[in-house]
Amino acid sequence: MSVAGINVLVEETRARQAAAAPLLAVEGVSAYYGSVAALRDVDIAVGEGEIVTLIGANGAGKSTLMMTIFGAPQARTGRIRFAGQDITRLPTHAIARLGIAQSPEGRRVFPRMSVQENLQMGASLHGGRHFAEDLERVCTLFPRLKERLQQRAGTMSGGEQQMLAIARALMSRPRLLLLDEPSLGLAPLVVKQIFGAIRDLNREAGMTIFLVEQNAYHALKLAHRGYVLVNGRVTLSGSGRALLDDPAVKAAYLEGGIVEASTIAEAKA
Amino acid sequence: MDVFVQQLINGLTLGAIYGLIAIGYTMVFGIIGMVNFAHGDVFMVSTFIALIGFLILTTWLGIASVPLALIVVLLVTMPLTALWGWAIERVAYRPLRGSFRLAPLISAIGVSIFLSNFVQVAQGARNKPTPPMLNGGFTLFERDGYAVTLSYKQCLIMAVTVILLAGFWYLVQRTAFGRAQRACEQDRRMAALLGIDVDRTISLTFVLGAALAAVAGVLYLLYYGVVSFSDGFVPGVKAFTAAVLGGIGSLPGAVLGGLIIGLIETFWSAYFSIEYKDVAAFSILAIVLIFMPSGILGRAEVEKV
Repeated sequence: MSVAGINVLVEETRARQAAAAPLLAVEGVSAYYGSVAALRDVDIAVGEGEIVTLIGANGAGKSTLMMTIFGAPQARTGRIRFAGQDITRLPTHAIARLGIAQSPEGRRVFPRMSVQENLQMGASLHGGRHFAEDLERVCTLFPRLKERLQQRAGTMSGGEQQMLAIARALMSRPRLLLLDEPSLGLAPLVVKQIFGAIRDLNREAGMTIFLVEQNAYHALKLAHRGYVLVNGRVTLSGSGRALLDDPAVKAAYLEGGIVEASTIAEAKA
Repeated sequence: MDVFVQQLINGLTLGAIYGLIAIGYTMVFGIIGMVNFAHGDVFMVSTFIALIGFLILTTWLGIASVPLALIVVLLVTMPLTALWGWAIERVAYRPLRGSFRLAPLISAIGVSIFLSNFVQVAQGARNKPTPPMLNGGFTLFERDGYAVTLSYKQCLIMAVTVILLAGFWYLVQRTAFGRAQRACEQDRRMAALLGIDVDRTISLTFVLGAALAAVAGVLYLLYYGVVSFSDGFVPGVKAFTAAVLGGIGSLPGAVLGGLIIGLIETFWSAYFSIEYKDVAAFSILAIVLIFMPSGILGRAEVEKV
């Protein structure tokens, strides 16, 4: 069997595992802002050890899904399960305590705290146990942070703040890491660095990652599987490679993205 | 010079009390962006709890030792007042979170009226005196028959304030709770994403603010020896002024503002006219705010994103 064939096999096995006992299962979820539907009947599964990506245009509902997983806003219909437990109606902080961490859209570092304090906030679930060890770990991943531990987070560059946001999420030793647009507004070189770190996290530390991105090319290349979100609906899903080769995805997200995103929905319908 | 030093001492004492109350205003504003207009009345309630405590200890139980009575009263008044602070937040403010901005403010004014009327009905409208305690003091120096004194009460008030502020500063800057509290101030939703129970942190902020107001209440009762149900309003507004003057949201600012207001008030009373002391204090507030809208230690609202 060819190498490509084996790869396909591996990916299929992964997909089947994810379907059997996914770490995170979003099932038929709809969410609203007031009376405006932001997510409609969304089904997504993330299996242990996978990188799964969700791509879509601005305003498709990607960040809403990230926040809905954390119960803010809560899903109006459907169910969200994490490690078999129904978390749909739990308050945000209780969901975080189960072992999901997020580096949110816009990074949201605490601007008037030092880098170290931000990391301590990330570790607050563990009350300071193994802080030194975890600090060492994230500083190896992002050496830039080590030089800046005492600097106020609000005075750092966008790329550094992004590294801090990811590092802060890692400090809680999560079982699942949600990353919302980690490449947004960053220079290509920094993007490369950050995607490299995400890959290392998954390949070396076995971290399960759910990645939301507008930068579809990078995200699909990195991910085992991907979903495409259009106007709050999942219109396409498949292995990262399959989506990269999909003509509709190519047209909408990879080659300039000039084509209206809804054409994907039409193409598949 | 003699009068000046004496007034400096008096002003700092008064300012210390304002500062303790002002911290409650500034912390609550920092974390939920709301002016807790009932805070002055929580302070007033604490003076009554302290008064009742003193009377029970000295007349019923016959405890003659003033320092012992004072410590017991502090230890009782702080948690009881903190309970009031907690209950008010739970009943009157939390249900309105996420409502329009003015709703909790109006609710706070309601709580303020409720508290002062409740105490008026339950305790009577007359001024309540305590027997004088901790009399005497040190004479610092004496000239032309004018003695500059530092009374034991003033020593106690300043010492308690300094110790509490140091402890409080440590709590906010160095402990996990303080960090969580500052995190909620800067980005509540992000704090929740990191597993911080935001509602609990806000509750604890009210509890701490009320406990500090209780310390101020005990000291106020000790210093003036008389309290009334209406004593929440004016000291409350002065402390709020102090918080705004120092830069609302800033802890050192609240204390600094309190000291400034206390000093202005006493110096104005000594050198000009005692009737106009409040006019002086509030005029200075107005002038400072015209030229420094964010207060003395407040931060300008510019942030890199």
